[in-house]
Amino acid sequence: MSATFYVAGAVAIASTAMVISRRDAVHALLYLVVSFLSLATVFLTLGAPFIAALEVILYAGAIVVLFVFVVTMLNPGSQETQWRRPRAWIGPSILTLVLAGELVVVMARGEAPQTGGAVTTPREAGLALFGPYLLGVEAASMLLLAGLVGAFHLGRKT
Amino acid sequence: MISTTHGLILAAVLFALGLTGLLARRDVIFVLMSIEIMMNAAGLAFVVAGARWGRPDGQVMFLFILATAAAEVSVGLALILALFRRARTLDVDAANRMRG
Repeated sequence: MSATFYVAGAVAIASTAMVISRRDAVHALLYLVVSFLSLATVFLTLGAPFIAALEVILYAGAIVVLFVFVVTMLNPGSQETQWRRPRAWIGPSILTLVLAGELVVVMARGEAPQTGGAVTTPREAGLALFGPYLLGVEAASMLLLAGLVGAFHLGRKT
Repeated sequence: MISTTHGLILAAVLFALGLTGLLARRDVIFVLMSIEIMMNAAGLAFVVAGARWGRPDGQVMFLFILATAAAEVSVGLALILALFRRARTLDVDAANRMRG
């Protein structure tokens, strides 16, 4: 089933190339979501279902939502009618349809989309995370606290 | 079995695309998006290596990269808001003077 990997990788490369070449930030964000979703498919084929779920939830969910907030806060409204032209939907829709077709094919075959390699379950990843890497988890928590304090400080209206 | 080389090539291409965007674009939102793409590509390289050896360590490293990216994007977007309030523009070259 390595065809799943190659199709998803091609979609990832195409959508990432579209991200860095768009003029409007909202169009680029549409392609960025497609890029993250296709990378989640790649992670699934590499035997990392936990990472694939986190990619969808955190990258395609939380981080892109932060970007959308900032873009909608900062952009002047004069271009809004131009953004709403349906032509901007075509490219991301085609790429997403490719991913959806992959999903249908994989589900129709009724087998897991990983390709012979070992699957690392969330249990194994969690045991490694809170076993030998416990110090790294503490450091990451301090980093997130520093990010929270920094974002709050910079975002104050003064 | 997906060959490790192909996975690493995909990660390298995505990283190069992110680097191209980082160097070519002057809109600060695109700069942040390019950094996200590059971090994602680095995480993909970690996961590919972890899958090669059948160990969970690559996925743990991806989780750390995820935490780093989340902290970076929150601070970066707050910096964008501060820059926009100060300079009324999203051009990174408007922030080349550090005084005041």
